[in-house]
Amino acid sequence: MYVAVKGGEAAILATHDLVAEERRGDVSVPELSVAQIREQMQLAVARVMNEGSLYDEDLSALALKQAQGDMIEAAFLMRAYRTTLPRFGSSVPLDTSNMAIRRRISATYKDLPGGQVLGPTYDYTHRLFDFALMASGEAPEAQTSADRLDAAMPRVPDILGDEGLMEAELPPEGDPRPFDLTRDPIEFPADRDVRLQTLARGDEGFLLGLAYSVQRGFGGNHPFAGEIRLGEVAVEFVPEELGFAVDLGDITLTECQMVNQFQGSKDQPPQFTRGYGLSFGHAERKAMSMAILDRSLKAREFGEAADYPAQQEEFVLYHADNVEASGFVEHLKLPHYVDFQGELELLRKIRREQEERAATMKEAAE
Amino acid sequence: MNTPHHDPDYNFGYLDEQTKRMVRRALLKAIAIPGYQVPFGSREMPLARGWGTGGIQITAALIGPADTLKVIDQGADDTTNAVSIRRFFERVSGVATTELTEDATIIQTRHRIPEKPLEAGQILVYQVPQPEPLRKLEPSEAETRKMHAWAEYGGMYVRLYEDIARYGHVATTYSYPVLVNGRYVMSPTPIPKFDNPKMDDMPALQLFGAGREKRIYAIPPYTSVKSLDFEDHPFTVQSWTEPCALCAANDSYLDEVITDDRGGRMFVCSDSSYCEDRRAKGHVGKELATAEALAYVGHVEGGSDVA
Repeated sequence: MYVAVKGGEAAILATHDLVAEERRGDVSVPELSVAQIREQMQLAVARVMNEGSLYDEDLSALALKQAQGDMIEAAFLMRAYRTTLPRFGSSVPLDTSNMAIRRRISATYKDLPGGQVLGPTYDYTHRLFDFALMASGEAPEAQTSADRLDAAMPRVPDILGDEGLMEAELPPEGDPRPFDLTRDPIEFPADRDVRLQTLARGDEGFLLGLAYSVQRGFGGNHPFAGEIRLGEVAVEFVPEELGFAVDLGDITLTECQMVNQFQGSKDQPPQFTRGYGLSFGHAERKAMSMAILDRSLKAREFGEAADYPAQQEEFVLYHADNVEASGFVEHLKLPHYVDFQGELELLRKIRREQEERAATMKEAAE
Repeated sequence: MNTPHHDPDYNFGYLDEQTKRMVRRALLKAIAIPGYQVPFGSREMPLARGWGTGGIQITAALIGPADTLKVIDQGADDTTNAVSIRRFFERVSGVATTELTEDATIIQTRHRIPEKPLEAGQILVYQVPQPEPLRKLEPSEAETRKMHAWAEYGGMYVRLYEDIARYGHVATTYSYPVLVNGRYVMSPTPIPKFDNPKMDDMPALQLFGAGREKRIYAIPPYTSVKSLDFEDHPFTVQSWTEPCALCAANDSYLDEVITDDRGGRMFVCSDSSYCEDRRAKGHVGKELATAEALAYVGHVEGGSDVA
């Protein structure tokens, strides 16, 4: 019997082998270990944890290795693995006011209780190549101050809140369990828990571009970086059978609280409003962008006109997910020849009819 | 056909039982309200969004060890993504797979309905890229849900009318909207409109999964499915002036295959199983020999494929 040639299966298997070979690169160069990626590519590891919605530095490093450093592909690996994990409960809400601070800055006060703590940052580096890194073997050691940081590091919006100048942030009535974006489909209008979860896993580049658009004028808010803090926070869980909180371990977080002006309305006096950003690991650009968008998406709550993309929640929340976006954009690589045949057939038919009509009219004119 | 055992590292069908139950509940609701898009907690799968994750989740929620699965893309079993999805289910469920439409209990498809009429008891699972037929008229999901609730479908007819006014035809050749059970306007997915009439009164159960958009919808067996049209411009399907070049079928959807760089082309069945079956029964198209010379089809002896 005659059958269509089956090239598909063998070719697919061959692509897997090819990609494995390309991933390894020149075998005379030592292979990267997952531990090396975890320790020396920490910011990439953090980004993959954020966009992969899973806090696991080892798996994130493995994902980066397996994906040849492709961030979105690595986040995709994390997401697919995450689906198979059982969900045994929700942690106690994290208390970022009790963070073990490594960096904490405020742009709204020259000094404040706890002080400005610069910590590790590229902010004041000159972007000049450090060619010494081309060689290896250095084990740099930073000098830290002998003074201990203040035990109390109040969060800036809390300071403003005490004065009544900051939009109050209260849990919704009854303090219901938050929506879980990974278990339930998003619906609109979306509540703030949905928004923050979507932004937290959203693509850093997409969020950054939209936040920038708000600053440039495609949105009405002028944000101040009230505070950015980086450090470790304990995750606690209350097992039902114990009835008290158990410490599961520490995670590294970056938190950003933006302070924005608000004109006030007939019900509310003028006050500052907040935008909130939180990300895994050290990810300030992400946390700041998220905070700006959290605020711009409050347009509906504050009765502001939603004229710009960054204020339109369906636009922002539906398109921020890079794993979904790349899947759909790249699905155009799949065969579409059945539909294309339909378009071809229609186009030929319409043109044939037009030519016939033109010929008839020409004849009639002659 | 083969029956490998499933990969013990994963639950049978990949999804955990709780998730399967969630998907089945959505399916039951969808079947109860034909054509209505049911939101569901779509999971992130190891295949990319837009590559069939909605259909895969439905198949994963339904499949049992006794099932026989067929997977097609563009009508063909050997297209790369169909191969990939079939391999996925072979690995995580170990069920039998087939290329024969009549042997399958579950057929997962992208962009086609098989030519051979489906029978009662079979399930056709469609992969859906965009479940919302009104999306091109109205980008907001909050708005389109209201439009469905109010059966506010005038805009859709206006769009079809504008096509007729401009081109003399409705310029939609695939994803041609249908009215299901006289109530909901539904996207049939990007199947060519050629396949739309097959959906009407079909004895098989039709299920639609949109993974990225997190929607499931369904057409129960023997349900009315009407393609939108006008009395003076009735719905028509594509037709070709010549039969399949390989099997001489004149009742199937044909794909155009470019055979050289001088404008040479032939038209062949998009449904590869249908075409093979006809050729096995002795039907010979006028360009079968050419196709063999081009290695577009191989000559098989003793049941093994020649690539």
